[in-house]
Amino acid sequence: MSSLTMGNRFGRNTTVQSENNRPNSLTSGHRACQGCGEALAARCSLDAAYIETKGNIAVVNATGCLEVFSCAYPENSWNIPWVHSLFGNAAAVASGVAAAFKSQKKDIRVIAQGGDGGTTDIGMACLSGMFERNDDVLYICYDNEAYMNTGVQRSSATLTFARTATTLPNGQYMGNDIRTGKNVPEIAMAHGIPYVASASIGDIHDLEKKVKKAIHIKGAKYIQIHSPCPLGWGYPTENTIQLAKLAIKCGLYPLFEAENGVVVNSTAIDNIISVESYLKGQKRFAHLFGKNAQVNSWKVIQELANNHIRKYKLGEVVYE
Amino acid sequence: MLQQLEGSQALAKAIALCRPQVVCAYPITPQTHIVEGIGELVRNGTLKNCEFLNVESEMAAISVAIGSEAAGVRSYTATSSQGLLYMMEAVYNASGLELPIVMTLGNRTIGSPINIWNDHSDAMSVRDAGWLMLFAENNQEAVDLHIQAFKIAESIKCPVMVCVDGFVLTHAYEQVNIPEQNEVDEFLPKYNPHISMDKKHSYAIGAMVSPNDFMEVRYLAHKRQLDALDVISNVREEFLSKFNRNSGGLIRGYNIDGADTVIVAMGSVLGTIKDAVDNLNASGNEKFGVLSIISYRPFPQNEIKKALNQAKRVIVVEKAFALGKGGILSQEIELVLKGLNIDVISIIAGIGGRIITKQMLMECFENPKDKFQFLGLNRATIEKEYQSPCISKVGKE
Amino acid sequence: MFQVRLHGRGGQGVVTAAEMLSISAFLEGKHAQAFPSFGSERMGAPVQAFCRISENEIRSREPIMNPDAVIILDRTVIEPANAFSGLKENGYALINSSTKINVSLSKSLKIKCIGATEIALDLVGRPIPNAVLLGSFSALTNIIKIDSVIKAINTKFSGSIAEKNVKAAQIAYEQTLGGM
Repeated sequence: MSSLTMGNRFGRNTTVQSENNRPNSLTSGHRACQGCGEALAARCSLDAAYIETKGNIAVVNATGCLEVFSCAYPENSWNIPWVHSLFGNAAAVASGVAAAFKSQKKDIRVIAQGGDGGTTDIGMACLSGMFERNDDVLYICYDNEAYMNTGVQRSSATLTFARTATTLPNGQYMGNDIRTGKNVPEIAMAHGIPYVASASIGDIHDLEKKVKKAIHIKGAKYIQIHSPCPLGWGYPTENTIQLAKLAIKCGLYPLFEAENGVVVNSTAIDNIISVESYLKGQKRFAHLFGKNAQVNSWKVIQELANNHIRKYKLGEVVYE
Repeated sequence: MLQQLEGSQALAKAIALCRPQVVCAYPITPQTHIVEGIGELVRNGTLKNCEFLNVESEMAAISVAIGSEAAGVRSYTATSSQGLLYMMEAVYNASGLELPIVMTLGNRTIGSPINIWNDHSDAMSVRDAGWLMLFAENNQEAVDLHIQAFKIAESIKCPVMVCVDGFVLTHAYEQVNIPEQNEVDEFLPKYNPHISMDKKHSYAIGAMVSPNDFMEVRYLAHKRQLDALDVISNVREEFLSKFNRNSGGLIRGYNIDGADTVIVAMGSVLGTIKDAVDNLNASGNEKFGVLSIISYRPFPQNEIKKALNQAKRVIVVEKAFALGKGGILSQEIELVLKGLNIDVISIIAGIGGRIITKQMLMECFENPKDKFQFLGLNRATIEKEYQSPCISKVGKE
Repeated sequence: MFQVRLHGRGGQGVVTAAEMLSISAFLEGKHAQAFPSFGSERMGAPVQAFCRISENEIRSREPIMNPDAVIILDRTVIEPANAFSGLKENGYALINSSTKINVSLSKSLKIKCIGATEIALDLVGRPIPNAVLLGSFSALTNIIKIDSVIKAINTKFSGSIAEKNVKAAQIAYEQTLGGM
C-alpha cells in the first residue's frame, strides 16, 4: 500500500499490487513454495489485467506448478473464471474460450498462462497456431527456465551451463549445453502478432504496464515474464526479486516490447553489471565457480548477455 | 426434406441445424468433407453466430472445443484414426471436465502400416475414455444421431462421439431426410450451460484431485455413463415421436424373436448383414436374426442379455480386435452371456477396409468353422511374409 | 435392383457421374446409392465408382461385383481395371470412345461407344465426359429418364456450366437413340 509522503505525490505512479483494492486474482493460502517467483508474477499480471478490464477476464492455465499449487481439490485460490485442461494445449483452449466469447459477443478478455515447459516445449504447436490465427488471447509465460513441477529438468528455456536434474555437470559436461534453447519472444514476433513483450518480476511497474497495455489489444499477444525459482535455481527464498533484478541489470533478461514483429521499445540498463554477480548467487551455476571449475567458463554466459545488450540496445557493453 | 446427399454433406447440414457456436477442424481423411461442409455453411451465412477455426492439429481441435465448451457454448469437431490418437490426452480430459462436446469419428483404421480405409480400431482405442459412443448404421441414422447427441451430451454433461464408418458412409450418396430448422430447434433448444467463464460464474475448472477423492470422482463418471443408458433411450423415444424415425437408442433387433443364431455388429456392415440374413432365412431351416449395437458406451448389458438370451448361437462381426487377445466386442458380449450356454463366435472382418460381401457373410454364418476367425484372410500373403528374411520366425503359421 | 459400375481416371468426374446417376434415380422416387472405390485423391489414377438403383431401401454396402451395366469414361482402363468382370449376360457397356472397340468376350453384351470427350470439349469446353455419358446411358438403358439426368446436372452445377452440360447430355441422348 502506498503512503502519501512527499515522494509519492508526483503523479500516482503506484502499482496495482501496492493498492489496497488489489483484487487478489490468485489469493493467499495456496501451496506455492516460499519465495515463488511464478506465484508473484501470476498475481501481479492477473491483478493488473483484472483492474484494467473491471474483472472481465477469463484465464486458461497449462499444467505445471502454478496449476498444482493453486487448485488442489476441494480448495481453490482463483478469484477469477479459470480453467485448467492439459500441459500442452493451454493456447488452444484459450483460442476456444475466445471463440466462444466472440460468438456470444461477450467482451471478456482471455488470458492463457503457463510455465516455460508448457509454453516453449510441449505447448509450442498450440501456441504457434494461436499466434498464426491471431486469436484474441494474451498468452503469459512465467519463465523459470526449467521443469520445476517435475523436479527441475531442463527445458528449451534453460540457460547455458545451468545445472538441472537432466543436465548434471560432470567432467566434460558443464550443465546445460551451449547453443541450445529457443527465443520464444522472437518466435512470437516472427508470427507478426500485434504485441510481444518480455517482463520480469524484478520490475513490477514495467510488468503491470505491459499487461495493462496488452490486455486491450485485439489479436494474439505474448508476454514472457522472468520468474526466479528458489527451489530449482538454489538460492535463499528471500532473494527472488533481487535475482530477477540482477538478471535485468546484467542484460541476460532484456525487457522490451515489439509490435507487429518489430521491437519498438526496450528498457535501458542504468549501470550494467557483470553476469558473474547474477550467477554466483545460484547453486545451479556453482560448478562454474568452484575450485574445480574451468577458469572463466561463465564468460560464455556473459557473451549471451552482451548479445542482448547490443541487440536490444540496452546500453554499452562493459564486460567482455 | 428428403435429399440425395453424400453422407458427409448430410452430416454438415445436420450439425449446422444444431447451431453449434464453435466448430474447429483439422483435416484427416475420411472426415474432411464433413468439416469442409460446415465451413461452407458458416461462410455462406446458413450457420450464424458460429466461429469456425482452422487449427494446426487434432490436439488443438479438441482443445479449442474444450475451451469453448468451458466458456459455455455448444461446440463440435470431427476426426478419424491417427487424428483421434493425436488428441487422445484431451479426449480423456474433455470427459473428465464434463464438457458436452459432440465429435464425429469418421471411423478409419490405425497404422502402422498406414492405411486410410475403414474399420473400428480408432473407436475401440478410446472405449474407456469416458465418452458416450454411438454407432450409425446408415447415413440417415448418422444424421439423426448427431441431433440426438447434442441433447444427450448437454443433459448429462458428457461428451458424445458419433461413430460413422469412414468412406462407407461418409463418402456414400444416399437419400437422407434432413429435418427443418424449426423442428430441430424444438427438439434441441438453445444450449443452457451449467458453466460459463464470465464473472457471474467464477468457477475453477480442472482442479487437481488427490488419492483421497480421485476414486470418488471416477465413480461418479462411471455412474454418469450408467445413467446415460436411460437418457439415450428417452432421447430416442422423444426423437421418434417428433421426427417419426426409429433412430438411435441402445440396441435394435431385426428378426430376433425365435432366431437360432443372432448376428451382432455395429455400424454400416449391418446393412450387408441384414441382406445376408434375409437370404439365409429364405432358403434354410436355421433362423437368423440381427442385433445392432448403437450405444457401445455406455454398454447396454441388460438390454443385450435380454435380446440374446433365447439364441442358441451368437456371431459377432467386429471391425477391430485386440492384438494378442482377440475380438473386443465379442469378449464383452461373452461376459454378458456368461452362464447361459450360448456359443459366442467372433468374426473379425473388414480390417483396414477389406471388402465384406454378402456371400462371404452367408457362408460364414451358415457354417462358422472356428470360434475366432478372420473373414477372407489371405493365407498366401501370410505364407509369403513368413518366407521373408525380415520377419521374425518364432512361431509357425 | 439395377447396378452400375463406372470406370475412369481421377479428374474425369467418375464419382460425380455416379453421384448424378444416383440423383437422377432419386428424382424419380427411387432409392439410389452411389459410392466411390475409396482411395487417395490423385489425378490420372484409375478410379471406380458404383451406383445401385432400386425401388426398395438399399442396405448392402458391398462393392458391385456383378453389374447390370458398366460405364467406361476412359477406354485405357478397360484392361488394367478388368472393367467387364462380372458384368451380367446381356448387360450394358457404355464406352467413351469415338471409334468402335472390339471386345472379345464369352458373353453377349449391349455395347455402345460414344465420343463423349469430344462432345464435352465441343459443347462444354472441358474434357469432362461424365454428363455426356449419362445422357447416352439414359437412352441406352432407359433406367433413368433424360429429364432426370438434366435435373441432376442442374442440381450439381449451375450457370453456364450446367447449361452446356445439359446440352451435351441431350445431344448424346439423341445420338444414342438414333444409333440404336
